[in-house]
Amino acid sequence: MSFTRETDHGTPPALATGRNVTLSIDGKTIALPEGTSIMRAASLGGTSIPKLCASDNLESFGSCRLCLVEIEGRAGYPASCTTPIAEGMVVRTQSERLKQLRKGVMELYISDHPLDCLTCAANGDCELQEQAGAVGLRDVRYGYDGATNMGQPKDHSNPYFDFDPSKCIACSRCVRACDEVQGTFALTMEGRGFDTKVSPSQGQDFLSSECVSCGACVQACPTATLIEKKVVEVGTPDKAVVTTCAYCGVGCTFRAEMRGEELVRMVPWKEGKANHGHSCVKGRFAWGYAQHQDRILKPMVRTSVSDPWQEVSWEEAIARVASDFRHIQAKYGTRAVGGITSSRCTNEETFLVQKMIRQGFGNNNVDTCARVCHSPTGYGLKTTFGTSAGTQDFDSVMQSDVILVIGANPTDGHPVFGSRMKQRLRQGAKLIVIDPRRTDLVKSAHVEAEHHLPLRPGTNVAVLTAMAHVIVTERLYDEAYIRERCDWDEFLDWSDFVAEAHRSPEAVEALTGVQSDEVRAAARLYATGGNAAIYYGLGVTEHSQGSSTVMAIANLAMATGNIGREGVGVNPLRGQNNVQGACDMGSFPHEFSGYRHVSDDSARAMFESAWGVKLDHEPGLRIPNMLDAATDGTFKGLFIQGEDILQSDPNTHHVAAGLAAMECVVVQDLFLNETANYAHVFLPGSTFLEKDGTFTNAERRIQMVRQVMAPLNGYADWEIVQLVAQALGLDWNYSHPSEIMDEIAALTPTFAGVHYDRLEAEGSLQWPANDAAPNGTPTMHIGGFVRGKGKFVVTDYVATDEKTGPRFPLLLTTGRILSHYNVGAQTRRTANTAWHAEDRLEIHPVDAENRGINDGAWVSLRSRAGETSLRALITDRVAPGVVYTTFHHPDTQANVITTDYSDWATNCPEYKVTAVQVGHSNGPSDWQEDYAAQARQSRRIVPIEAAE
Amino acid sequence: MTRIYISRDMASVALGADDVAQAFASAGCEVVRTGSRGLFSIEPLVEVETESGRMGYGPVSSRDVDAVLAGTHVHHLGRIDALPFFAAQQRFTFARCGVIDPLGMADYAAHGGWTGLDIARSSPPQAVVDTVKASGLRGRGGAGFPTGIKWQTVLDAPNAPKYIVCNADEGDSGTFADRMLMEGDPFCLIEGMAIAGHAVGAGHGYIYIRSEYPFAIDTMRAAIELSATRVAPFTLEVRVGAGAYVCGEETALLDSIEGKRGQVRAKPPLPALSGLFGKPTVINNVLSLAAVPFILSEGAEAYAGVGFGRSRGTMPVQLAGNVKNGGLFEVGFGITLGELVQDIGGGTASGRPVRAVQVGGPLGAYFPPSLFDTPFDYEAFTQAGGLIGHAGITVFDDSVDLAHMARFAMEFCAVESCGKCTPCRIGSTRGVEIMDRIIAARTVEPAAPAPPSGVLGQALYSRAPDRIDVSASAQTELLRDLCDTMKFGSLCALGGFTPYPVLSALDHFPEDFGAGVRKPLAAE
Repeated sequence: MSFTRETDHGTPPALATGRNVTLSIDGKTIALPEGTSIMRAASLGGTSIPKLCASDNLESFGSCRLCLVEIEGRAGYPASCTTPIAEGMVVRTQSERLKQLRKGVMELYISDHPLDCLTCAANGDCELQEQAGAVGLRDVRYGYDGATNMGQPKDHSNPYFDFDPSKCIACSRCVRACDEVQGTFALTMEGRGFDTKVSPSQGQDFLSSECVSCGACVQACPTATLIEKKVVEVGTPDKAVVTTCAYCGVGCTFRAEMRGEELVRMVPWKEGKANHGHSCVKGRFAWGYAQHQDRILKPMVRTSVSDPWQEVSWEEAIARVASDFRHIQAKYGTRAVGGITSSRCTNEETFLVQKMIRQGFGNNNVDTCARVCHSPTGYGLKTTFGTSAGTQDFDSVMQSDVILVIGANPTDGHPVFGSRMKQRLRQGAKLIVIDPRRTDLVKSAHVEAEHHLPLRPGTNVAVLTAMAHVIVTERLYDEAYIRERCDWDEFLDWSDFVAEAHRSPEAVEALTGVQSDEVRAAARLYATGGNAAIYYGLGVTEHSQGSSTVMAIANLAMATGNIGREGVGVNPLRGQNNVQGACDMGSFPHEFSGYRHVSDDSARAMFESAWGVKLDHEPGLRIPNMLDAATDGTFKGLFIQGEDILQSDPNTHHVAAGLAAMECVVVQDLFLNETANYAHVFLPGSTFLEKDGTFTNAERRIQMVRQVMAPLNGYADWEIVQLVAQALGLDWNYSHPSEIMDEIAALTPTFAGVHYDRLEAEGSLQWPANDAAPNGTPTMHIGGFVRGKGKFVVTDYVATDEKTGPRFPLLLTTGRILSHYNVGAQTRRTANTAWHAEDRLEIHPVDAENRGINDGAWVSLRSRAGETSLRALITDRVAPGVVYTTFHHPDTQANVITTDYSDWATNCPEYKVTAVQVGHSNGPSDWQEDYAAQARQSRRIVPIEAAE
Repeated sequence: MTRIYISRDMASVALGADDVAQAFASAGCEVVRTGSRGLFSIEPLVEVETESGRMGYGPVSSRDVDAVLAGTHVHHLGRIDALPFFAAQQRFTFARCGVIDPLGMADYAAHGGWTGLDIARSSPPQAVVDTVKASGLRGRGGAGFPTGIKWQTVLDAPNAPKYIVCNADEGDSGTFADRMLMEGDPFCLIEGMAIAGHAVGAGHGYIYIRSEYPFAIDTMRAAIELSATRVAPFTLEVRVGAGAYVCGEETALLDSIEGKRGQVRAKPPLPALSGLFGKPTVINNVLSLAAVPFILSEGAEAYAGVGFGRSRGTMPVQLAGNVKNGGLFEVGFGITLGELVQDIGGGTASGRPVRAVQVGGPLGAYFPPSLFDTPFDYEAFTQAGGLIGHAGITVFDDSVDLAHMARFAMEFCAVESCGKCTPCRIGSTRGVEIMDRIIAARTVEPAAPAPPSGVLGQALYSRAPDRIDVSASAQTELLRDLCDTMKFGSLCALGGFTPYPVLSALDHFPEDFGAGVRKPLAAE
């Protein structure tokens, strides 16, 4: 794909009314939906009208006055961006008079603009330059000695982009992008008239302002006023490749813009169906880790984890993996080894890892990080609806009237979708937030939740059942829907259950800490407010009752008829870029790709005949079981691709003990992560920029990942797995990931129609994509549930065993922050640390005062599992009795604290509820210092020359 | 006890009315504070209630109490409405102003107040809109758009709720009619807004008053409270501006009420369909809304019966600047500009000949005496290259320098520009710079810079700051081009109308712009 700017039609498409109007533009007749602007109509018809303040992702503004046109029968020269088309309208976009006016306006612009085009970073990529050329400006008769806005200081504070107000043309596109697209309202125009200037927050610099560095303003800027530092440094790009972001589960697509072999910038792709041209600070800017000096590019081995690493050749490392695993299996049995697939790698790579385990290791000991995040989603939604995935596409939220967000923080965790949700909220949709913490959605610029239910961590089921109680006892349910789509008898059982008096909002108020009248009001709003959609995150799943909560959510949606059309549904916000895909690809020990149980004879037969081996019909071990088995001495070898279980899994001490008990731990990763401290073989991984493949986002959308540059480590991850498989004796000969996808399609009914040529043609496909749904399935369960009748499941509230008491009186819950991603392995190696250099403990002022803790002071955080130290952040975002921290920094190791309690159905850890005590501390704990020393010791590398 | 009437209007107070009132109160008189009658040369005006009516004295000072009470004061004026300045007026809108206690509910009712509202509320909304349409009332803010048609659009708009917004951001220099009415007869405006609310189905109204009008703000707030039950269920509130002239532009005003930066919106959508908070909104000037009670109570024909051409009814004309009889003169359309300036206004206060008058505020055109036969009428003024605007007339004698006035117009625009659209944001500043060059060139015609020789010399020359031709003729040509860009390119009337004073000054008074300028083109 060569470098071409995407066409900008100037104004957004008109709201669909189904009516078209016909008009003539420069003698050309064109019919378009009513409400379309003249500018857009002209652009769609192939006529580009000069413009500077208009962009088709922003509402029309009408300030630049370059787009003036003539309309027969109307006085003056209306702006084409703000004038809608009308039946029979006759428009002229070009005339001598218009030329004169446009030139006059441009002459004014240039009279207050530096003439340093040749040395300007936007030279050749500047709309002002382009439009000055388009209107034929040749002279500025005002001279250059008048008043100007030039010579103002530049703001270099943001690590990724510069702000040079001297080049600003005051078009407000940045301000409007911040308002309309991102919804942060961090920018404003200050001053008036000639002194009008862009100002971050109250005249602050960008870094200290409310700016979240999403990049929307930079993208909107028509000049070099807001420009990526990388463009300043490298120059303008000369080619672009469209690919998919490797951060969260939103699945934004980007144009990776290159100059030669150098990546210059990632620009959100307008055609991307998940992000529609928007981005966040991570995907847009935080890709520098791909070239970070910490990245390991050569394979390494060692005999013992106390030895330094020895760099070796690929052949040697691969041979070592194969021989160690075969030896272990010979000595301890077939089931003594296993593997973990990566939710950050492609579908194809994940598929290969689980195939290697099932076909090559001959067991089902495969698991994935979804174990610790959304395994309850898989279980809960499969049980109730019949499919282990969200029911909607992201666009669906624009049809919602009521949005219920529970245990999710989309503006931090899924920022691009969060912005979209905020757009809908600003249009008037009502919001209910169920969260122990006052997230930004609860109240921020132009968004405010109608109801915030700040429940005590661990009481999700009680609150949701209380809402169900209201819906049932006040007869707010949709009887016709339930009778048609669900099992009526099961509904009756369920409704009898929830209607019991002790499940009413009033009865559980003391337990949940949520005012009963708020629960009642929220339930009424959800049931009667029109299209109601539920979005949830790990605050739902990472509990001992995670699966129950998912089913309680499903019950609410079914009871109110909010499943099976646009604007409604039950939507897990998946954490990692390909966690949906990893689950789809058969990463669980009990399921093949497409969620078919390993004991399903017909499914197994399909794989056996394709792969030419007998497959184990017994489910394999889950991650915690593998670790338990390792400490018991029966599990000895683990192959881990792109996952840092030591940092991300609960109860770090237990994970470390399990890993230490193994004979061969293979880590395939970009960096020497925490788990690698316990590894014997390190296989350097490739980044998403270095390979082809597909990711599947939270809306089941399968999107292309395209190679932008050659792998620095020499191989794409799928090639490395293939080398290991071949060394294990498997006859694998894939020459491209498309061949792997063909195999997936052949073996997975829901993916039967997914092939690279189709993905190239469609841009993306949402599974199921097969003969029944050739173009994929944006909305699931239309007309009926996948499992047949929707199933109501009785969800009794059972309090977690993790209880507060005199020793541990506070409840710790964990989460993440906008600028960092998961364990931070990537984002900590970028300038994103400018916003969040360390994990902090959020504590309510009352709890802080009781303990004499000052803001910013070091505190110790203790649970029955462990202890760590970090600094305090005093805030009333958390309720008294609740503390909160993020888990992005290994220095903190928040999971030293978390316990091994887990979901009853899926073993998903109970990260969100840990009883803790907070006290004074002088700095990092002894354990943290020992750990840091051990990590340093473990990361010693002997280079390949010395090793020879 | 003698009853005395003294104005509490800001202009009267500025001339000493409070001291005078205090003096009469101390002398044991019952002092009723009214609005202003509207002729400033007789302020502070004192009216003494007698058996033969209210006898006026003015101007008077606090030392004149005895002479006034004795009837011997030298400025004895007799009955005010018999004075020629008042006798010649047709006071439809300002009938009660200066006569009644502005906050006297009974006084207001006794002088015909609330009749219009009662008639309106006994009729269906469409009938009220039809009456306003039939009256021929046009927007008194300056644009002259038919009020009834605007109301019809709001009435027909399906969206709800709807709002009535009164534009009381009276920022034009030389205008004061809105302020006088709000200070002198606030219930009249309230009644007009309540009628509008009934006519279009709006339950709430906002009065947006500029912060420079503290008396009007206080009076309106007090009047809203006093009349709340009378106009219920219609409700009203006052919003105070923050000193931006551009917030008198209706869409910037709406943004300001919404709490945003006062910046002009592009139209469409029309405020009538998507106005305040995106809802259908009637936004009218104070004078438009205050004309409505008369129209309802006296009938559309009574109002439409006076006027000229398509300009029906009366206009409260405000005479200001260097004029002998400064004040408010309400009269039917059709009176000529010359009659207003010379006959009513009495010529200049300085006694020197009138050289120019600016009509319609700082964005209105300058008229030379040769155009004094222009009838006061929207269309006639447009044809003459000007505008009526808010009917403020500022008079200048022969000492005025029209080039400085053109510079002032550009400067005014530069100071008041909201900064949204380019022609106004940058153009006004460039306009000031051009005028400075023209004013400098009037005295010394600069020599054209000599282009240097050689390729390098020419290349450097192209960036030299002094290479532009700063002669009066070249700058005048650039000024015309700039005015063309501003007039046809600006988003709102601030930038779009600034060329009126500039070009009219240039066209009618070319001698002020430098010797030997070419013959002016006809104004567009």
